[in-house]
Amino acid sequence: MYGNVPLRQLTPAKAVEMTDDVDETIYKRVSFWRRLSRHKLAIMGFVVLLLVVLAAVLAKFLAPFDPNFIDEKWWHGDPVKPCFLDALHCGHHLLGSDEIGRDLLSRMLFGAQISLQVAMFAVLVEITIGTALGAIAGYYGGWVDWVLMRITDFFLSIPLLPLLLVLTGIVAASSSKASLSFGVIVLIVGLLTWPGVARLVRASFLSLREREFAEAARAVGNRDGRIIFRHLLPNAVAPIVVQATLDVAGVIVLESTLSYLGFGIQPPTASWGNMLAAAEGTMSNGWWVAVFPGLCILVTVLAINYIGDGLRDALDPNMK
Amino acid sequence: MFNYVVRRTLQAVPLLILISMILFGILSKAPGGPLAPYLQNPHITEADIIRLKHNFGLDKPLPIQYLHWLGNVVRGDFGYSNSNSEDVLTAIAERVPATLTLMGASLLLSLTVGMALGIFSAVKPYTIGDYAITTFAFFGQSMPVFWLALMLQLGLAVNGIPLPFGYKLQLPSSGIATNSDVFILGDHLVHLVLPTMVLSFLSLALYSRFTRSSMLEVMRTDYIRTAAAKGLSQMTIVLKHGLKNGLIPLVTIVALSLPGLLAGAVVTETIFSWPGMGRLFFDALQQLDISLLMGYLCLVSALVVFFNLFADVAYAWLDPRVKYD
Repeated sequence: MYGNVPLRQLTPAKAVEMTDDVDETIYKRVSFWRRLSRHKLAIMGFVVLLLVVLAAVLAKFLAPFDPNFIDEKWWHGDPVKPCFLDALHCGHHLLGSDEIGRDLLSRMLFGAQISLQVAMFAVLVEITIGTALGAIAGYYGGWVDWVLMRITDFFLSIPLLPLLLVLTGIVAASSSKASLSFGVIVLIVGLLTWPGVARLVRASFLSLREREFAEAARAVGNRDGRIIFRHLLPNAVAPIVVQATLDVAGVIVLESTLSYLGFGIQPPTASWGNMLAAAEGTMSNGWWVAVFPGLCILVTVLAINYIGDGLRDALDPNMK
Repeated sequence: MFNYVVRRTLQAVPLLILISMILFGILSKAPGGPLAPYLQNPHITEADIIRLKHNFGLDKPLPIQYLHWLGNVVRGDFGYSNSNSEDVLTAIAERVPATLTLMGASLLLSLTVGMALGIFSAVKPYTIGDYAITTFAFFGQSMPVFWLALMLQLGLAVNGIPLPFGYKLQLPSSGIATNSDVFILGDHLVHLVLPTMVLSFLSLALYSRFTRSSMLEVMRTDYIRTAAAKGLSQMTIVLKHGLKNGLIPLVTIVALSLPGLLAGAVVTETIFSWPGMGRLFFDALQQLDISLLMGYLCLVSALVVFFNLFADVAYAWLDPRVKYD
């Protein structure tokens, strides 16, 4: 197992056999990075994701056009051709324009901001609620656990997409579709997806609370809150991190599906999903409108899924 | 075993009631409620609305309204669908065959191909073929269903694939048949191709990954080594000895993923104009047809609960090592 590893790096592993706790964490940390760096696809995923995030952050400087600027000089009904297809009649639209003459590349860059932010914040909401409720259910058990688990039963028994659509549909109908703002989407997605995380955290807490260090923490008179957050939670982080990573990928797909169907981010704000909403109509005269935003989703989601896979292998090889 | 099934079924009832209660609460927040189509009508006066409200029982408190709804449901009445101008149950029942056809076809495709890929991966792990299949499975998991549908429409329906002798393979991209009044099997099958491919892609990836990991585990067991030591051919070992145990976890996964297939059908059916339940749901959503949305969500949730139970029972039945009490 130690193959080509220099002897110097072996010390923490050796130490683990003799003493425990402190050295064990060092050992774990060292081998975590080593295992992660061995997962080539995860590293590639990190690089790709970093590029996508950079592109999104720097969208203002990178985008050749304003994302909502309609280029009437070049657009005459059909989507403007990308420059790599027709260098003469492209008007500096590298990837062409969409069905009403807005620059595709610029919209993709600004769309990246929206799609990534929705995913990030929605998962943040999901993880916060899921971790808190899962920890409470697992730590206290009894009727608290019972009630919380019945609530998760409810959420896990209704397919996510139809429920999401109904909720966003009701919000949209209550005032107007424009009320489906960024924050509303984030909240709805976060509020519907936390039960999976809660189950996960609860499962770890059920076993963690029986461990000796938890008992010791109780014995010296710590308050429950302190035991949960300072003693138990750090030991339950690994599966949460993996789940959060995979869920970011999942929410990107979910948001794009919602936006595609017209119940997500509303135009003119660009998101990768709503850029594809008109794609069905432009297939015969502008395939690029359908292809490029989708490629963005696919590449980003693929990268994040590989990162999640790598993290799972690196954090706990037995977790699968 | 019998006791277990009975107890789980009895436990499912309160869960379903809880689900319908919360859904009822959520849907009652929809503006206009079941009266929405009347509110738009200029010929209906304020007094009419109050009268209608009273007739529909909408002036009563929410819990009473719910009990009224529940009482009707127990008698098999899910209410009246405004957008379809017929009973909710009739409207849904009309769409079931189309959805079942699509789901059956995609289940057939994803199971056979997914299992074949998974078995191949497990028998020859860490080879180029295995890596290719694993990568393919990752693509399947990462691909937004609707974009896959768009790409297939673009490639196979709009542009088509050029064939030799000037022919062109072009598949229909919408509807269930060219002329829905005449039944032509070939025409139906051709219309089925694209939606089936889209709907099965995700589950195909899922099934192949599960078959792979489960078969990998089985292939490492002692009895497989014994079979090999007896001199059995690789084919017999894998298909006769390995598969029997290796496919048990797959039963659970398939049962649990079926309701997800229904949800996936919402997107697929909408894009391909497939006249199934998913499209019915989406159309009802756009017109905010409360009774139909309520009926659809309750039916789908009931299916989820049923398949969860089915998965557990099937698992215990197939694997005698699993004991439930």
